[in-house]
Amino acid sequence: MAHAIAAADDHHRTWTGVSNWKLGFWTFIASECLFFGTLISTYMVYKGRAVVGPYPEDIFNILLTTTSTTILLFSSLAMVLALDAVNRARKGLAIFWLGMVMLMGLAFIGIELYEYMHFIHEGLTVTSSTFGSSYYVVTGTHKLHVLVGVIWMGTLAWLIHKDRIPPEKSEQVEVAGLYWHFVDVIWIVIFTLVYLIS
Amino acid sequence: MPEEIERGMAPIQQLRSRFSGLGMALLLALSATACGDDHPQSTILPKSDFAEIIHSLYVDIFWWTMVILVVVWVGIAYILVRFRARKGDAKPRQIRGHLGLEIAWTIGPALIVIAIVIPTIQAVFATQRPVSDDAMLVEVTGHRFWWEFHYPEEGVTTANELRLPVDRPVSLRLGSSDVIHSFWVPQLGGKRDVNPTVAVREGQEPSYNWLHFTPLETGVYMGQCAEFCGEAHALMGIRVVVEPQADFDAWVGRWQAGPGQAGPESVAADTPGPSGGEVRLAAQKEGETAEEQVTLGRDIFLNQSTCVACHAVNGTSAEGRVGPDLSLLGTRTTLGAGLLENTPENLVRWIQDPQGIKPGAEMPGTEYALAVPRAGGTIYGWPATGLTDQQVHAVAAYLSSLQ
Amino acid sequence: MSSIASVQPSAHHHDASHGEETGVWSWITTVDHKRIAVMYFVTATLFFLMGGAEALLMRIQLVGPERDFLSPEVYNQLFTMHGTTMVFLVAMPMAVAFFNFVVPLQIGARDVAFPRLNAFSYWVFLFGGLYMNSSFLFGAAPNASWVGYSTLTSATYSPGLNVDFWFIGLSILGIASIAGGVNFITTIVNMRAPGMTLMRMPLFTWMTFVTSFLLITAIPVIAVALIFLGFDRVFATTFFNPAAGGDPVLWQHLFWLFGHPEVYILVLPAFGVISDVIPTFSRKPLFGYPIVVYAGVLIGFIGWGVWSHHMFTVGLGPIADAFFVAATMIIAIPTGVKIFNWMATMWGGSLRFTTAMLFSLGLLVVFTVGGLSGIMHASAPVNLQQHDSYFVVAHFHYVIVGGAMMGLWAGLYYWFPKVSGRFMSETLGKWHFWTTMIGFNLTFFPMHFAGLLGMPRRIFTYSAQLNVEVYNQLSTVGAFIFGISGLIMVWNLVKSWRSGAVAPADPWGAPHLEWSIPSPPHHYNFPRIPTIRSREPLWDEDERREIEALTLTEPHEEPVMPNPSYWPLLLAAAITLAWGLVMTGVWWIIVLGLLPVTFCVFKWAFEPAFPEGH
Repeated sequence: MAHAIAAADDHHRTWTGVSNWKLGFWTFIASECLFFGTLISTYMVYKGRAVVGPYPEDIFNILLTTTSTTILLFSSLAMVLALDAVNRARKGLAIFWLGMVMLMGLAFIGIELYEYMHFIHEGLTVTSSTFGSSYYVVTGTHKLHVLVGVIWMGTLAWLIHKDRIPPEKSEQVEVAGLYWHFVDVIWIVIFTLVYLIS
Repeated sequence: MPEEIERGMAPIQQLRSRFSGLGMALLLALSATACGDDHPQSTILPKSDFAEIIHSLYVDIFWWTMVILVVVWVGIAYILVRFRARKGDAKPRQIRGHLGLEIAWTIGPALIVIAIVIPTIQAVFATQRPVSDDAMLVEVTGHRFWWEFHYPEEGVTTANELRLPVDRPVSLRLGSSDVIHSFWVPQLGGKRDVNPTVAVREGQEPSYNWLHFTPLETGVYMGQCAEFCGEAHALMGIRVVVEPQADFDAWVGRWQAGPGQAGPESVAADTPGPSGGEVRLAAQKEGETAEEQVTLGRDIFLNQSTCVACHAVNGTSAEGRVGPDLSLLGTRTTLGAGLLENTPENLVRWIQDPQGIKPGAEMPGTEYALAVPRAGGTIYGWPATGLTDQQVHAVAAYLSSLQ
Repeated sequence: MSSIASVQPSAHHHDASHGEETGVWSWITTVDHKRIAVMYFVTATLFFLMGGAEALLMRIQLVGPERDFLSPEVYNQLFTMHGTTMVFLVAMPMAVAFFNFVVPLQIGARDVAFPRLNAFSYWVFLFGGLYMNSSFLFGAAPNASWVGYSTLTSATYSPGLNVDFWFIGLSILGIASIAGGVNFITTIVNMRAPGMTLMRMPLFTWMTFVTSFLLITAIPVIAVALIFLGFDRVFATTFFNPAAGGDPVLWQHLFWLFGHPEVYILVLPAFGVISDVIPTFSRKPLFGYPIVVYAGVLIGFIGWGVWSHHMFTVGLGPIADAFFVAATMIIAIPTGVKIFNWMATMWGGSLRFTTAMLFSLGLLVVFTVGGLSGIMHASAPVNLQQHDSYFVVAHFHYVIVGGAMMGLWAGLYYWFPKVSGRFMSETLGKWHFWTTMIGFNLTFFPMHFAGLLGMPRRIFTYSAQLNVEVYNQLSTVGAFIFGISGLIMVWNLVKSWRSGAVAPADPWGAPHLEWSIPSPPHHYNFPRIPTIRSREPLWDEDERREIEALTLTEPHEEPVMPNPSYWPLLLAAAITLAWGLVMTGVWWIIVLGLLPVTFCVFKWAFEPAFPEGH
């Protein structure tokens, strides 16, 4: 039995065809999944167990959060268009779309921070209850990821401006895109589990 | 499948019946001369139904593992002798595997595992339900670094020394006032963590851990906290006194009567407590009678010191609930949660310098204050008691008189 | 290094380029996986001596009941640091040292996928370890045990810096582990030589692969737990605060959700080592190769579903207990299968008892005991008696020393000639082995009895009434013998590094690719990358000739190797500083601390990884 396996095809590929950089980044994203998975699980474990209010149902404003979610979703489209522009060596267009990604990312952060201010005003703080602690840490960690993404996009835009990302190096933008889409998907999970199902 | 299990079980049970005595002798011989008195905290000398279930399961598993150990070790020994390299060895046959063997040594261990898992799961369910509906309820509260025992039906509260009637089922409800502790008295059964009570919304019941067992023999059993809880974790002992129902009832009666009220009479009573004579000796040195000493001590304890801020004595104005209840301190065998023998001399030392005897104990001494953290982050500052030696002796005499 | 270079001067004459530079600066800026491996190993060995010294101090304290050689506070710091050190600063990084040195050579690669990230991992590990141990200088070493159970670790009950050092230090170390995991997964998936299919990979590479997956999945879980703990301590959040509805048991779930895969992170590399060593010294291929591989993968998977067997006393209820009993027992099966396959590998072989082989056999003999005592307390009711007693202390030392460390020492004696070009002394090696076996067993076997007789763990002293003094005396004597064995190993390392017998390319007649290149290897490992046709390429005469025609020659032209860089070190230092500033508890200082991190990230990103033109 073991022999049969050993005698397998000698020309079997010993690499994936994906560059190390991209493969490594996928691996990192796998790790990030566990990271956010644990954060969100904690939120779910504490759901409905907060001892004092305000409780989620008292303060969540689904309309506002839906707006910010939509903006973040559209930023992913801009990201795709930016990558496409880099691939087609359309420098100005690439910078425009990356700028849009950044703008929408910042708008998302801005709306979410406004929401924070509102919640704090309502009496929900990191120290007020397990709901407060887990809500702010889960969403705050996500916002930090968005912020890192915005800085990354800014750097890429600058590099494109300096002609340092020709089409053959578009993978740099592609991997940043991977990150951005991942952060986006995580938000959809958070939005669903934290805001919608309450 | 059950047939296979039985076949798997048969030889091992023969083995067990033939060798279980021998096996225990071997275990015990290895554990030196282990009888209950020598090893008061032994896990392999069960004295309750709970401990017995665990022990018989342990003995079963012990023998299964011995079988595996012997197979592996003898196998390795044989291989090492038989197949060691010799001069001029030809290249060994390059065998890469054998499906039959692989299946065999997957199924074999799997059967043993099944033979262990089934009685284990039975025992899991058997040991986690109340032994009986009319079990005596005791609320156990872990504190850094002592134990509080409250009998809600009897209205009795005591510390560090749990008294239980023999042969009566008991249910311990476990809660902690600070960090996680673990209640473990091996001869009466396994341990169970004593978790801080998690706050819940109004109208909901907080959840507690439970231990259910029936002590089967009278005696004094040792145990201690088994979850690391800070500086004096090692010194957080438990004594369980299992006694005939009548003795237990008498003890409850004395508690309910309010021992603190009696004052000097309780010492004058004819029952010679473990320390009554010595109290007198100590008192005579001071040129006072024991009765005077106790009266003086009672007055200091209740009215002239900070003792009552933390301690309670039933029947008096002392109603502090921060530290151990002292109502029948004279009947306890130890001080400081199993640390010192309960003698007046040790009691004097303890009152003077608890930190020196038990670092981390949350009790101020005569000369030093203490800062104690409490749940929620508050820090309580306890001032030094400032008692003189003479006062300490009097207080000790009073507390020893509470029997 | 100069002594090594002199071993085979002929192989090095053309190496005037940066790759073979010597001197401190070349080590600080190195991105060569082999040098990083050496640094990992040396650092882990130093931490090993430190953790060992902590253990010996504890054993002196415990030699008799009610002794006051150490105060409870000091004892609590020592046992906490002993556990934390041995797991995070010894066993894990020592395995990573072997990943680093061996994996690229076994799969026919010139380096790992991300050489600078690899250097970064090392520096983060070093700084994290130094940071945590610097707590001793403040008399504030972590003192809440290596599992750091809430609520003891809360700001209320641990107000000092002790627990700050612990949670910050561990979160720094976690970064190194995740980076390492990403690196090795990418390396193994993407950088194998032609013909090196997954099912031809040596077992050590396989187990590195599985371990790397465990690293990238388990570490984030503890990272989140540490973040919660940090927020609770610094910003008064309520994750583990029962008064506000927080559940301290959540910490235990998160910790053990990481902690049990962690056990396999520790032992799987060792299983990989002996799966390479035993066939070599039996002159037989590994018996049931695919089964051993799948068993390792299966252990890695099931390892995720058994965490609550560390929590049988917590009160999760009978249904959860029953589930975790079953899952835990199931994991014993693939472990047993591995042991039987190793035995079958030796069966019919021609066994040479080199020190590497002796340590592999030591693993089989000793780890079996740890596995079987594990079965005892995998039974939840029995666990209620054995949990947190010295029985468990005995058990996990049999698993981690007997399972992980024995295997790593086997690997040390096995691969040292490849690292240094010199053999380790077999005489000293045998002294090392036998003092280890005697000292180890004398230390830990009696602990089974102390535990069964009711001695709890994590206690600075015990009552004379427990009557366990004799076992503790035996343990203390054993511990000192074990300590001596460690010194013998260090002496052997130093002596052999300087003046050991010169080793050829393939000193053991071993089957795998790393033995096809000179000892020590060129900095570029393989002059030309060979093609692999079988699982034991060097045991097939034709294949060996073909491979050596490529690996023992001069390269056509100097292979292009990555540039050295000091940014990995600086970034690691910046991260350690930034994390350390969390101790201040002032949010804007913490944010300011991130500026140097950002600066280093950018400098790193814009530094060319390879020389101009490549």
